[in-house]
Amino acid sequence: MAKAALTDVSITIDDGEFVGLIGHTGSGKSTLIQHFNGLLLPTKGRVFVDGVDLTNRETKLRMIRQKVGMVFQYPEHQLFGETILEDVGFGPRNMGLSEAEVITRVKDALALVGFDYEAVKDRSPFELSGGQRRRVAIAGVLAMRPSVLILDEPTAGLDPEGREEILDEIKALHHKWGITVILVTHSMEDVARLVDRIVVMEKGTIALDGTPVEVFREVERLEAMGLGVPQITELMHELKKHGLHVNTDILSVEQAEEEIIRVLELRDHGNV
Amino acid sequence: MKQPLIRFEDVNFVYRKSTLEEPEIQQEWLALQNINLDINEGEFVAVLGHNGSGKSTLAKHSNALLLPSSGRVVVGGLDTQDGERVWEIRQMVGMVFQNPDNQLVATTVEEDVAFGPENLGIPSKEIQARVEESLAAVGMLDYRLHSPHQLSGGQKQRVAIAGMISMRPKCIVLDEPTAMLDPEGRREVMETIHRLNKEEGITIMHITHHMDEVIDADRVVVMADGKIALQGSPRDVFTNVETLRKLHLDVPQVTALGERLRRRGYDLPQGILTVNEMVMHLCPSE
Amino acid sequence: MAMFKNITIGQYIPGSSIIHRLDPRTKILSTMFLIISLFLVDSFWGYGLIGLGIILVIRASEIPWKFVLRGLKPLFVILLLTVSLHLFMTEGEPIFQIWFLKVTREGVIRGLMMGFRLILLVVGTSLLTLTTSPINLTDGIESLLKPGKKIGIPAHELAMMMTIALRFIPTLLEETEKIMKAQMARGADFQSGGIIQRAKSLIPLLVPLFVNAFRRADDLAVAMEARGYRGGEGRTKFRELHFSKIDVIAIAIVAVSSVVVSILF
Repeated sequence: MAKAALTDVSITIDDGEFVGLIGHTGSGKSTLIQHFNGLLLPTKGRVFVDGVDLTNRETKLRMIRQKVGMVFQYPEHQLFGETILEDVGFGPRNMGLSEAEVITRVKDALALVGFDYEAVKDRSPFELSGGQRRRVAIAGVLAMRPSVLILDEPTAGLDPEGREEILDEIKALHHKWGITVILVTHSMEDVARLVDRIVVMEKGTIALDGTPVEVFREVERLEAMGLGVPQITELMHELKKHGLHVNTDILSVEQAEEEIIRVLELRDHGNV
Repeated sequence: MKQPLIRFEDVNFVYRKSTLEEPEIQQEWLALQNINLDINEGEFVAVLGHNGSGKSTLAKHSNALLLPSSGRVVVGGLDTQDGERVWEIRQMVGMVFQNPDNQLVATTVEEDVAFGPENLGIPSKEIQARVEESLAAVGMLDYRLHSPHQLSGGQKQRVAIAGMISMRPKCIVLDEPTAMLDPEGRREVMETIHRLNKEEGITIMHITHHMDEVIDADRVVVMADGKIALQGSPRDVFTNVETLRKLHLDVPQVTALGERLRRRGYDLPQGILTVNEMVMHLCPSE
Repeated sequence: MAMFKNITIGQYIPGSSIIHRLDPRTKILSTMFLIISLFLVDSFWGYGLIGLGIILVIRASEIPWKFVLRGLKPLFVILLLTVSLHLFMTEGEPIFQIWFLKVTREGVIRGLMMGFRLILLVVGTSLLTLTTSPINLTDGIESLLKPGKKIGIPAHELAMMMTIALRFIPTLLEETEKIMKAQMARGADFQSGGIIQRAKSLIPLLVPLFVNAFRRADDLAVAMEARGYRGGEGRTKFRELHFSKIDVIAIAIVAVSSVVVSILF
């Protein structure tokens, strides 16, 4: 029996946005992102990338996939090249670029994830550490110079240091190079820190869509979906419930510090 | 004094690896340096550390999957170097690994849980009883006839835990069991091991790099560069916010906030770990 | 997401019929008897009787006909080839001739007989896998091979291999799908091009698949060791097989009728 993984989803993502996509396993996030580059086609409805209709039979999906780069979960498990050059160059070669152009792109892509081309190009990707392998795999997608980058839980299974490294690189890609980024993640702390817009999926539909502040106001709805808010935001909501009149639109420890101090000073001075 | 369940005595472990460029030259490094650690019966010990800190190597010493290069590991009075007692040690100390896909052997859940007792040579009738009670203990009895690939990551890890319980171990060592799971799976696993610790009295050694998973432990051991960097109750360990940062480990957001407020002159205790604690201190009227 | 999620391994159809409940060893041995008598029997009467027996077993197993016959589908070409080979290649009294192909009376008979033999063989053996779960089948094979241990047949190891293979086939299929998608996202094309081009395009799929499989094997070996696995020695079984009265009767019936049919026809 067929079950609809997505129902009546309408969403527009603008050029240059940094979108966080959250929802628990089975909510339809993975299905949705695979529609963005034509790995899956809708059974009903249409998908446009840069004005091109993906459901049109004439559309060259390979062209779309160059534009919309996709980094899957545990991308290091897809490495195959004997050398890092061969692996990272796979995408550009498939695009039919000249060897010189391929090398330029590999060089740039490796630099974006913090590797020196000359030092690593002839090494086997399999002798790198887990976190390094993942960055090489991401470079393999970046080498196609996509204008949109979709990352499906890029930090899964990494330790805090590895997580930090990858997220910093993604942030730089967005800020310095203006790449549109769609980040699928389970970490509320990460989305709160990074993205401009959060899309929450539930049971194949879009449940919430807005800025982090707007979305994290819906504490109860998120909790009902089995999701949460960043711990710091939860704290602010709890403080308010217990009579401390803080602004709850808080996403970082720094903001919380200032806000709590502001309110505590008001309270203490008011009481004296 | 009662003897500890697992005792690490001056344990060093030398790791040898040859590189592809120079296969003749073996690189050596000390993956564990002078480890002295006791795990007591009934304890819930969390081991923290980033990748390469030696925490997995430590775990594999607890059931003789690795043997110390010098020093010794004693499990329930048995030295892990004693080749004849290896199987007794492995029965006493069960181990659950990171990848939920790569540790289930059989084609159905119940057959898999039976795998350990089968190896121990337990009679068939007894195995059946143990399989049933072990699956019940992790809340997976309804899935006994499912095949592993039909389960979620969290469910697979619970089956792996049941596969240990059926061997009736004194201790379960979990080597980053939540690293590959989604938040729901992590919650399932954490609830399960806490329940086993409290209700069945099984000693737990939980290895992780998620800070929020160590807060409820009896004791936290922080590993760095093959050494024990910090050790104590979660509260004690989390008072060292700076040290933890230097070791590239996070602290919970409320702990970081508490530290900042203290520095700004607010009278808060060190090592606040949960939202509730923080609320209690900031809204004392409640 | 997962096109492989619902695959069943083998073609086992769960049920509780008398055939399902037979000990797997009974069914394996009966299948052996069937195969041997199919090769000994050499007359339409013989095949007819064996066919009748198989039909009775199918009815008793409550397996729908379409599942039984489905097993023949992939065999169609081989069947056609075998029948026509015998039809045209057998020397004897000619019936008619198309160009240089001469059809003989003996050829028709031989062809038909070979056809029946093949059909009965496939239907009979697929009854075994249709009514026996892979686990039971493995247990049965292990148990039957055990006496062969003295002459070096690694019964337990073979069974363990079968179990692990069955356990990991779905996992590997899922992984194949994932890697394929990831490489397609990088512009890989698995469909077009000549045969060499296509074979080459499989490298980015096969290499990671093998690397991951070895990694899994490594992990699994450690996990098995941690769970006290040290080969078949001293191992007990979760489910012990035991012959019931029905098994004894079933084997007796099959054995006697096979011998009778083989000798008489």
